[in-house]
Amino acid sequence: MSETNATKMKLQGIDLEVRRKGRGPAMLVLHGGNGPITGYPFADKLAEHFQLIEPVHPGFAGSNIPEHFDNLEDLVYLYLDLMDALDLKDAIVMGNSLGGWTAAEIAVRNSQRIGRLILVDSVGIKAGDRDSRDRADIFALPVAELTRLTWHDPARAPNPSKMSEEEEVQILASNRVALSMYGWDPYLHNPKLRYRLHRIKAPTLFIWGESDGLVTPAYGRAFSAMVAGSTLEVIPKAGHAPHLEQPDAFVQKVLAFAKQTGAKA
Amino acid sequence: MKTWFFTEDAYPYLPDPKTYESIRVNLPNRNYDPKKGAELYSLYLDLWCYAEELGMEIMLNEHHQTATCVIPAGPVMLGALARLTRKSRLLILGNPIANRNQPVRVAEEMAMVDLLSNGRLECGFVRGVPYESSAANITAFRGTERLWEAHDLIVKAWTTHDGPFNFEGRWHHHRQVNIWPRPLQQPHPPVWVTVGSAASTIRVSKEKYVGAVFLAGYGGIRRIFDGYRDNYLKAHGTPAPLDRLAYCALVYVGDNPQLAREGADKLLWYMTSNKVPPQFQNPPGYHPPAVSSKIIKGAGDVMMPATPTLDKQMAAGNVFAGTPDQVFAQIKAFWEYSGGFGHLLMMGQAGFLTREETMRSMELFAREVYPRLKELNAGYDEGRMQELRKSLPDVAQVPMAGIGLDFVR
Repeated sequence: MSETNATKMKLQGIDLEVRRKGRGPAMLVLHGGNGPITGYPFADKLAEHFQLIEPVHPGFAGSNIPEHFDNLEDLVYLYLDLMDALDLKDAIVMGNSLGGWTAAEIAVRNSQRIGRLILVDSVGIKAGDRDSRDRADIFALPVAELTRLTWHDPARAPNPSKMSEEEEVQILASNRVALSMYGWDPYLHNPKLRYRLHRIKAPTLFIWGESDGLVTPAYGRAFSAMVAGSTLEVIPKAGHAPHLEQPDAFVQKVLAFAKQTGAKA
Repeated sequence: MKTWFFTEDAYPYLPDPKTYESIRVNLPNRNYDPKKGAELYSLYLDLWCYAEELGMEIMLNEHHQTATCVIPAGPVMLGALARLTRKSRLLILGNPIANRNQPVRVAEEMAMVDLLSNGRLECGFVRGVPYESSAANITAFRGTERLWEAHDLIVKAWTTHDGPFNFEGRWHHHRQVNIWPRPLQQPHPPVWVTVGSAASTIRVSKEKYVGAVFLAGYGGIRRIFDGYRDNYLKAHGTPAPLDRLAYCALVYVGDNPQLAREGADKLLWYMTSNKVPPQFQNPPGYHPPAVSSKIIKGAGDVMMPATPTLDKQMAAGNVFAGTPDQVFAQIKAFWEYSGGFGHLLMMGQAGFLTREETMRSMELFAREVYPRLKELNAGYDEGRMQELRKSLPDVAQVPMAGIGLDFVR
């Protein structure tokens, strides 16, 4: 297992935690609403090929929500600054769920530091008509239903009632607050994003868990159709987090995409 | 002591709670029969009018998408009461301004009610209970800051008379604010704000607003009222007058202990009916992480006691019930323990408590309890009260995750 190196970077007056793992070309990893993901086995495999750089979105994993933060755009500009500060070049930017949305918002603003884009079960657009609930309302669902929609195998879901550390549960609670701050209204999407997606010039891969009930593969197809030249890979026996439920298949898709598009992997 | 008669305007004719997940937010309104609903509105308006007849003041509140309180537009009910009554003060507690997108509209509504009632409006502002977040589609995160920004805009709208002003805050932007009409009471109607912790009293006491506490009981009341008194003294250099503090409890007065108990048991519907699943009890950003994590871990009694019993709620100071003598003694004991308050918000009707049962309790209260409470208040002496208060030891402090949390803001 590769070691994670966590450092603090001062940006916009924020002490941003940045976790690094592995060696190779830079891969910026933007996590979803459940918090950082580079501690999971799939990341160890990717770390054999890339240097994973994972900033912890302010508000997640026990960090504070900055006073001036109101919504996702604040995160997007923080990460535009981060990419400048790191002087990233030709980086792969990979985000899941909320992180995928963030990656897309970054890419439509400035693609210059982005070599490739990977969006995993990403939110960010409104796919259906105004009456359709194309992103499950996670804040209004009972836990059991949320679990069923999120996981192919619900037994994988974390169980707060079995967590012994109070702090661990409080972090879950705080993550939820941060997620809501970034995506309460408009709910987990930006109505304008679809009119801006043509600005993405980097080769783009969508990866989707076949059993994802929060944002279904149909949503993924609609999203992919809005990004010219993008491809969509659906991973069976995986829900909203294919990188956790099917790490091998997930890593294989990522590596194949990186190779195919000429990354020095 | 002023007493404010309060009913939440519940719609109690519900199916077996086992058949639904929640009484709030997502209980389909096919369960609401508009014919019965119209009859209930008549009943509740009659009760408020009767409160006026008996010399009491009137209080109502506002909730959304719930059978527990079918007043989703408090100002509309106030408008009706403004013309059905002539003397009573009309308290709305309150306007959920953390959840309303147009504070200027709230300023206009309240100005209208003040005029319609010939200057009898008492205007409460509340953050709102957590369940309101889904119904309003408003994030609970920074709700308190949002409330105060809306408050600032409303008060400025009420008190600015020299043409449009500009307001560009964090949440609310209005470039040409100039409300017509403006309130009758000058400089503006009295303001009330709900408080649920010592910290929440800082701004309320600074503004000299009435701080109202719901059901904090013996376990929570001192922490909150002491906070208000300390902060008031710090801000103004003089002790807080008694009429700056209000306490809301369930009150039922019966002709004998047996009838009182039966009535109070029916009143307890307010607590027993409150079936709400965790996702609506715990919208992100409402509770501090320490409370939120308890709900996430499965605590069922964070918002309301899981199995409220009359005896426990009476012992806690959340229900005052009995014969007139008993009720007076209970309120007096709580009043002394708390250091005193000038307003009793009397939740006197809930659930299936009938017109006759409610009115009988109101009569007994007005005739035999109320005069003694007024006397009690008239004899209030700050120094003597503080002496008395010191002689009464603290009962166990209930942590924040108690019933009072329902109204924490």
